[in-house]
Amino acid sequence: MARSVIPLVIFGLLVAVLYKGLYLDPREIPSPLIGKPAPEFSLPRLNDPQAQFSKQMLLGKVTLVNAWASWCITCRDEHQLLLSLAKEGVPIYGINYKDTREDAQTYLNQLGNPYVMNGHDFTGRVGIDWGVVATPESFLVDKKGIIRYKQPGAITPEVWAKSIAPLIAKLNQEPG
Amino acid sequence: MRYLWPVLLLLPLGLAHAIVEVQDVQPDEFSSPEQKLHFRALIQDLRCTVCQNQNLADSHASLARDLRRQILELMQQGKSDEQIIQHLVNRYGEFVLYKPRFEPATYVLWVAPFVALIAALSGLIVLIRRRAKVTATFSDAEKQALAKELNTPASSSTK
Repeated sequence: MARSVIPLVIFGLLVAVLYKGLYLDPREIPSPLIGKPAPEFSLPRLNDPQAQFSKQMLLGKVTLVNAWASWCITCRDEHQLLLSLAKEGVPIYGINYKDTREDAQTYLNQLGNPYVMNGHDFTGRVGIDWGVVATPESFLVDKKGIIRYKQPGAITPEVWAKSIAPLIAKLNQEPG
Repeated sequence: MRYLWPVLLLLPLGLAHAIVEVQDVQPDEFSSPEQKLHFRALIQDLRCTVCQNQNLADSHASLARDLRRQILELMQQGKSDEQIIQHLVNRYGEFVLYKPRFEPATYVLWVAPFVALIAALSGLIVLIRRRAKVTATFSDAEKQALAKELNTPASSSTK
């Protein structure tokens, strides 16, 4: 009796593991940057190439850093949410990833600008330092400049309500 | 002649692969042929993070192109392979390694195939031994009948 049960148990376990695997998203790559200081960077600003956007500007408050591009379709889907978050007072900083200045500015003029500030990462180097795989990607950076959360792909209202908003509330309590 | 056609059909595949090879880094950017080979070997073992089942060497994704360029620059700065790989791992995690490191999180991954092999082999050995032990046992009457049968000339045993 036991002999015939063992293969069945092994089969059952395999089915359970594979079934779970069906619903995992292979694009959800755990970021090694979570819990680490945000990378040092300095980018020319999108609206003013003479001015800089650097890591120092993120310090002292909880910020949402959003990597985006005008050629990125999913970014357009996410844009409405970003606009409403900005209205609520969430400081959103943009890394404009591998985009031309003109295209990016047209995009913001047409769709609205939720960003406090945008860095123009034309070469994508800063994106690589942040571990950006595909835009949009968002990072929650705490007051000390440490990355606390990464959202690959668009922030959905569900993700915002369930994960990001509570985390922001918590991080705001932490001493700067 | 019959085998020529399949071979001919396969030929473009080989050519295609040759063409697909990294084009964005120009040959004259390498300081030596050795460096070029070294670069090729390095990008073979690194995964393109966008197109997940391709390595950096084969991928046309723009991120892969950027990463190749950065790897070349790091090589030219005299960084070792370990340093370059660590540079990528720091940003993208161990996901970029096609050959995962041997460490607690990957013990199962590395050891499981050998465990499975040993388990299968020992199972097989046990099975073979068990089968070998099953020797035929005959009663006395059967033994006599057998002896009689064996002693009789071959011609009479075949009917």
